[in-house]
Amino acid sequence: MTFAATLKNTLAKDQRLEWRSKDAINSMLFFALLVVVIFSFSFDLSPEESRLIAGALVWVALLFAAVVALNQTWARELRNSVLDAYRIAPAPLESLFLAKTIGNFIFVGVLELVIAPLFVVFYNLRSIGPVYDLVIASVLGNWALVVNGTFFGAISIRTRSREVLLPLLLFPISIPALLAAVNATTNTLTGEGSVYLPLVFLAVYDVVFTTIGLFLFETVLQAE
Amino acid sequence: MNSSSNSGSIVSLREVSKLYGRFAALRTVTAEFSAGKLYLILGENGAGKSTLLRVIAGLIHPTRGEVTVLGASELRTVASLFGYMAHAPMLYEELSGMENLLYFAKLYGISDAAKCEQAIRTVGLDPKLTRRVGQYSQGMRQRMSLARAILNDPKLLLLDEPFSNVDVISARDMARLLGEMRDAGRTIFLVTHQPALLEQIADESVWMSAGQIVAREQGVSAEAIASGVTPVQRGHSQ
Repeated sequence: MTFAATLKNTLAKDQRLEWRSKDAINSMLFFALLVVVIFSFSFDLSPEESRLIAGALVWVALLFAAVVALNQTWARELRNSVLDAYRIAPAPLESLFLAKTIGNFIFVGVLELVIAPLFVVFYNLRSIGPVYDLVIASVLGNWALVVNGTFFGAISIRTRSREVLLPLLLFPISIPALLAAVNATTNTLTGEGSVYLPLVFLAVYDVVFTTIGLFLFETVLQAE
Repeated sequence: MNSSSNSGSIVSLREVSKLYGRFAALRTVTAEFSAGKLYLILGENGAGKSTLLRVIAGLIHPTRGEVTVLGASELRTVASLFGYMAHAPMLYEELSGMENLLYFAKLYGISDAAKCEQAIRTVGLDPKLTRRVGQYSQGMRQRMSLARAILNDPKLLLLDEPFSNVDVISARDMARLLGEMRDAGRTIFLVTHQPALLEQIADESVWMSAGQIVAREQGVSAEAIASGVTPVQRGHSQ
């Protein structure tokens, strides 16, 4: 079976599973909403101050919420040993990795779409820079989080403490991407500083870690 | 592909060992298995039966030794030619049986829904059943798992305790189906603690103990069915 056909097949299956179980999306939304509400009641910020810290808040909320989805994505493959059925099938294993990454990208993208208007309302935000820069930053930052999260999720899948191990592996390696995404978001909101540099950094980061993930995934999946 | 494997031998194990730390799940197993036969893998719990099947399926790599399946030592190259059924059903609980099979069929390059329907009917289930697998009884899951294992029409079928939690009538139906598949030229390895179900069907019993093949005998002896004692323990040699 071709790479593209397997990718499409697995992606459609994962979307259907999530639509029926709502394991990941419900937990992610609930968690992100809590962060938005708690911080908005904790601080009494002027619009200028909000623009300065909203970038960091939104990305921290997304990072923590994404971990919930990333844990779920592999947990459902472990139930009933379904992953073994995939491992012995003649389908390309890398397509599983890419399908999972795209699936997680969609889930986190939905989350971004839901919490962005909430941030605008709760923090009285109005972007001084162009909004399309925010869109680019959210797409590139989202991919940076999920591509590493999917890969490290596959590494931690067979450990007993995978819920703890995944953040331990993911957070340190995500720091450069997170800083770039926060910089791009803050610079756009405040209209100060360059957005170009952090966006280029994010794009390079995405390409590098997607390539590494695709190359190493088969080794990770077949490891015992 | 490894052309050096013995002709007529569908599975060849050469001094295969599997170690987990200091525990040896398989110890220097050497054996040849011919095509078109139904092999019963018997032995006590922890004898290494499931490990043997997983090594043949390529799910675990032997610590030492060489495994050749269908003439290939690189097992992924022959992945489309065998089916594997484990203890767990290897099915998504949120999908119906048909949806599960359609997904796995596509991984094997099969896009014909009729083949999935046929596999489900073959194991005695209804392909139009819309209930999700999570709502199936244990016996239905086992049957659906068998349907998943046979949907690519495999030359080699590896079954790990397919009759566990299955009622007697259904188990007999499954055993009859496996006999028909063997008669059609398929090779079947079947791990079970219920050898009586295959008394009339099995070609050879392979007895394992402590990670080794300790005896092989034609068919299934009535004594073994009654006592569950290996031929070695009964005083027969391999």
